[in-house]
Amino acid sequence: MEKQIALQLKNICKYFPGKVIANKNVNLTLYKGEILSLLGENGSGKTTLMNMISGIYFPDEGQIFINGEEAVIRSPKDAYKYKIGMIHQHFKLVDVFTAAENIVLGVKGERYKLKEVNTRVREIAERYGFDIDPKKRIHEMSVSEKQTVEIIKVLYRGADILILDEPTAVLTPQEIEKLFAVLRKMREAGKSIIIITHKLNEVMEISDRVSILRKGEYIGTVETAKTNPKELTEMMVGKKTDLKIERVKTDFDKPLLEIRNLCVNSDEGSLAIDDASFYIRGGEILGIAGIAGCGQKELCEAIAGLRPIKSGLIMHKGENIIGLPPKKIIEKGVSMSFIPEDRLGMGLAPSFSITDNMMLKTYAEGKGPFVDRKSARERANALIKKLEIITPSSETPVRRLSGGNVQKVLVGREIEAGPNVIITAYPVRGLDINTSYVIYDILNEQKKKGTGILFIGEDLDVMLALCDKIMVICHGRIMGIVHAEKTTKEDLGLMMTGALNLTEEKKDKNYGIAKDSNLTEEEWKIEGEKQAEKEKTNG
Amino acid sequence: MDIFTAYFTGAVGYSAILLFGSTGEILTEKAGHLNLGIPGIMCFGALGGCFGVSLIGNVPVVSMLMAILFAFLFAGALGLLYSLFTVSLRCNQNITGLIITTFGVGCTNFFINKISSVSFAKVAKQFTQLFPSYKDLGVFGELFLSYGFMVYFAIIIAVFVAVFMKRTRAGLQLRAVGENPATADAAGINVGLYKYLATFIGSGIAGLGGVYYVFTYLNGAWEYKIDALGWLSIALVIFSVWKPNLAILGSFMFGLLYNAKAYIPGISAPMKEAFGIAPYLVTIIVLIITSIAGSKNVQPPASLGLNYFREDR
Amino acid sequence: MVEAKKIKEPLFHITKRAPMPIWKTILIRASAVLIAILLSSVIIILITGQNPFSIFASMFHGAFGDAATQNKAGVADTRRRLLQEMAILLSIALAVTPAFKMKFWNIGAQGQVLMGALLSAIVARDLGVSLETTDLGSAVNLILMLLAGAFGGALWAVIPAIFKAKWNTNETLFTLMMNYIVICLIGVVRKIWEPNNDSIIIANGHFPDLFGQKYVGILLFAIALTAFMFFYLKKSKHGYEISLVGESVNSAKYAGISVAKITIRTLIFSGAICGIVGAMLVGSIDHNISTTLDRGYGFTAILVSWLAKFNPLFMILTSFLVVFFLKGGAQLADDFGKYGVTNSFGDIIIGIIFFFIIGCEFFIAYSIKFHKKKKAGN
Repeated sequence: MEKQIALQLKNICKYFPGKVIANKNVNLTLYKGEILSLLGENGSGKTTLMNMISGIYFPDEGQIFINGEEAVIRSPKDAYKYKIGMIHQHFKLVDVFTAAENIVLGVKGERYKLKEVNTRVREIAERYGFDIDPKKRIHEMSVSEKQTVEIIKVLYRGADILILDEPTAVLTPQEIEKLFAVLRKMREAGKSIIIITHKLNEVMEISDRVSILRKGEYIGTVETAKTNPKELTEMMVGKKTDLKIERVKTDFDKPLLEIRNLCVNSDEGSLAIDDASFYIRGGEILGIAGIAGCGQKELCEAIAGLRPIKSGLIMHKGENIIGLPPKKIIEKGVSMSFIPEDRLGMGLAPSFSITDNMMLKTYAEGKGPFVDRKSARERANALIKKLEIITPSSETPVRRLSGGNVQKVLVGREIEAGPNVIITAYPVRGLDINTSYVIYDILNEQKKKGTGILFIGEDLDVMLALCDKIMVICHGRIMGIVHAEKTTKEDLGLMMTGALNLTEEKKDKNYGIAKDSNLTEEEWKIEGEKQAEKEKTNG
Repeated sequence: MDIFTAYFTGAVGYSAILLFGSTGEILTEKAGHLNLGIPGIMCFGALGGCFGVSLIGNVPVVSMLMAILFAFLFAGALGLLYSLFTVSLRCNQNITGLIITTFGVGCTNFFINKISSVSFAKVAKQFTQLFPSYKDLGVFGELFLSYGFMVYFAIIIAVFVAVFMKRTRAGLQLRAVGENPATADAAGINVGLYKYLATFIGSGIAGLGGVYYVFTYLNGAWEYKIDALGWLSIALVIFSVWKPNLAILGSFMFGLLYNAKAYIPGISAPMKEAFGIAPYLVTIIVLIITSIAGSKNVQPPASLGLNYFREDR
Repeated sequence: MVEAKKIKEPLFHITKRAPMPIWKTILIRASAVLIAILLSSVIIILITGQNPFSIFASMFHGAFGDAATQNKAGVADTRRRLLQEMAILLSIALAVTPAFKMKFWNIGAQGQVLMGALLSAIVARDLGVSLETTDLGSAVNLILMLLAGAFGGALWAVIPAIFKAKWNTNETLFTLMMNYIVICLIGVVRKIWEPNNDSIIIANGHFPDLFGQKYVGILLFAIALTAFMFFYLKKSKHGYEISLVGESVNSAKYAGISVAKITIRTLIFSGAICGIVGAMLVGSIDHNISTTLDRGYGFTAILVSWLAKFNPLFMILTSFLVVFFLKGGAQLADDFGKYGVTNSFGDIIIGIIFFFIIGCEFFIAYSIKFHKKKKAGN
């Protein structure tokens, strides 16, 4: 029997302001009763594409066909009309409402009786094998329960096409199994499912076919049974491009920062960093590669003292820094800068001038009740000159600067403080090539001075060229730490998606532990016990 | 009437003012808007009521209905002004509320003298005693049937709003708007419309407190004391943890506390004054307990005080 | 780009606008005040049927005195009162500013002023009698009054601050309730002192008049406080911390600042100044203690501070604006009483002006884009 087409995209294009191409000429076909994986790196346009199907965005060009007829989807409401429902990565739920109240929110045209809603929710749950209590409130639920509510919300509205945006990112392996079982049942019931994921093993396990996007463009679709992770990775990351970023040769010093068995929770309470051990030497750039949300942010915050850790040790020059207030960690010379998507979230005060932002960590220095704005201004002006920051003056609020200049201020300030460890996340996010190179130069200069640098990046080509070593994290776990010169982009891709785990292959070799540690094993043990004791007393 | 009955009925008479105010404020706060303009809005309601009566004079029943209608419209209109600034123009809610209070109180004081030529005392008679034969029913009648129409109306509205929020789809959606407007927006709910309507109707209800104050509580006189009652209504919202049905009990309790000084024998004049602290103190304690306990079911609406702008997401 | 056919295009669309140049924001705010005044004039004309210029003249006279009807002393007295009220309002506005700047919604300035006043009144009346037998004793009494005032105000502010810092208790509602507790306490004390509701006169603890005028004290205080607050907020380390907490709690934590500590410290400071103002109202100006001692400025001061964008120098302007309309409104009631103008008219005008000023901020922060209807065949 010929497979029926549920959804078809033809030449879909979407542009964002500033000539950003989010999607270009994307073609996609979804059959009835199949699970299609949508695969692509960060920024490859997967979510944008799906948002166009679910009515959040409207395509600039191209057509969408549903069951063979052209469809115009302008809002989520329209999408529901075509029986399309999307489960977003960030749940849209009202915390104090029960599951049933959330599910029925916004549904029109039926009598409002919670009892009936509860029964129907239970029916749906039973049919597909969900575990849910319709009367339970969202704030009492685990992440996976919340996700269940989101999925049922979509099914309740009668969706035949379900889109799940990285549904497994927040789940434990057991919960993922459960979710996949549910998805298979839905497939049997004739629903069509698109699942966005980065993890190749999951792609191989759950999907019938895989479509791949790269940099907003449609690369191709393959049948899962006829492909393998290696081929998929190649399609996803493309060929290596040679960037002319210099890798400065330095003599590595002793480890500056040693981290062992670190576990950190995410805001939702799930494990964001799971048993991580690694170290950074002076004069070394250690890159961290991973899909967005794999735990990089939590790792940064834990080292900087902004996020409580669950267990493990963070040793700076042989001294445990866990539990120290952020100020003390700053004083020890550990600098952290994190460039979030909106660039201004942490590390800069948007409406403060460049001068005032220069003082963010040093304002309390010096005697007397007044801040030393004069020297801060001098430093600001020096920075403006050195990094060629484009600004009317040092008194301009950073909010008014363009993205690249904001980043220069942030990175520049951090470096100017003369830290011995720099943690920098996405320092070139959204920057043009030239500015990016300025930032790389700054980092290399620091490296020459013997600073240890933790570089969290997005672009594998850049990391391969700039970093000495690259650590890959997938879903909070370290997949491997490799020499940048000796590894390949494909290997990194495989590790990022969880298809390759070097730590398992070399289990005997005490992965991520420096041979010339600042502490003897005996001392590590003692510190570990001390920390465990502290954790106990803290509850 | 024995002392207990007098104390009880006095408390009920007082509580209705607060009940109107806090039911209205609860409705508004459930949409995510902390309206500190309630004192001004209640004043404005009183003004509207007087205006309504002045249009028609003393006509049995009709005057009362006119008073209620115009109180609702006047107060509602001030509520709409508040929404214009906080919902559409996204001004700070606290500041806007304080200005509404200044403006509402000022307007009322200014205009109320201009329309007080009609004999409000006569019209006030319409407001008292819904069941004239309550005395036949003994103590029960005294305690529960001796009040004017507005007292029962206040309770009916409070119950109605409680049921509305708990049992109806619109109530569910209103609560969603106050808790998480982005989610409500994504679910296809017209967030702005809900906020406007909740503020309009909520302010209207609060305005009835003003008309009750003038025509029932003061028997047709005007006394500028309602702003303290307005603030107390806001306190009552916290005390009743945003539940109008609890506000019925809460307002009665506030009434008992307020009137206690007159009925407890042998207390000194300063002690009598000290009794006035009780409602506020109790409210603070409730506020502290709810914030320490952190139980999600007694928290203010999550987006209370924050204006919603879709593109901020 | 070919735009697909759209049926339901919204009429307009609101977006955050890029920051505008300062001259433009000043222009917008100035025109808002102007429009508000024009609107007020229309209302005045409608009510009184009088020439609006005569009305503004009357308001002007109310604020600055009228040489035509008053003698020299009268004019001077009117102006003194203007300065005095402005000084009181400005002082309270300055006091609440640090807290607001860190986004702590302290609407309990009224309570903090009154608590300061109450404690210092108690000191003045109950200790003053025995202390004011010697010069030294009098001086000690005055110092004690100021300390009691500062303590009372600080106490009333720090209680909500502690709960906010520890348990995130809603400070808006908490401080609001604190106001009314003080009001009741004042009632209690008054009853203790004068059981028969006689007027309270505090005969002791009078601050010496400076330059022969009782208002000079508060005026100097306000001037000194303005300068102090300007430097405190702009130049001091404390000021930097306050701005940073107000700007972004996350950034403050990142910089290693304890938000709880700053909250509590700032509120003690803010409350203490309110309390000192209260003490000065008792000791220097009113020699009385009542629930209306603060003249409602506890709330108005918040608006004054907010409208000045928390800049102490602008607050001179905004507090002047408010006092001008209050005094002018009172004069209107005198001059045009026969046309039905009463004292409350000042409140109405202030309300209208404030509405326009806060409303115009929207047009500074956002822009409205109207969608043009597409012509057929496009």
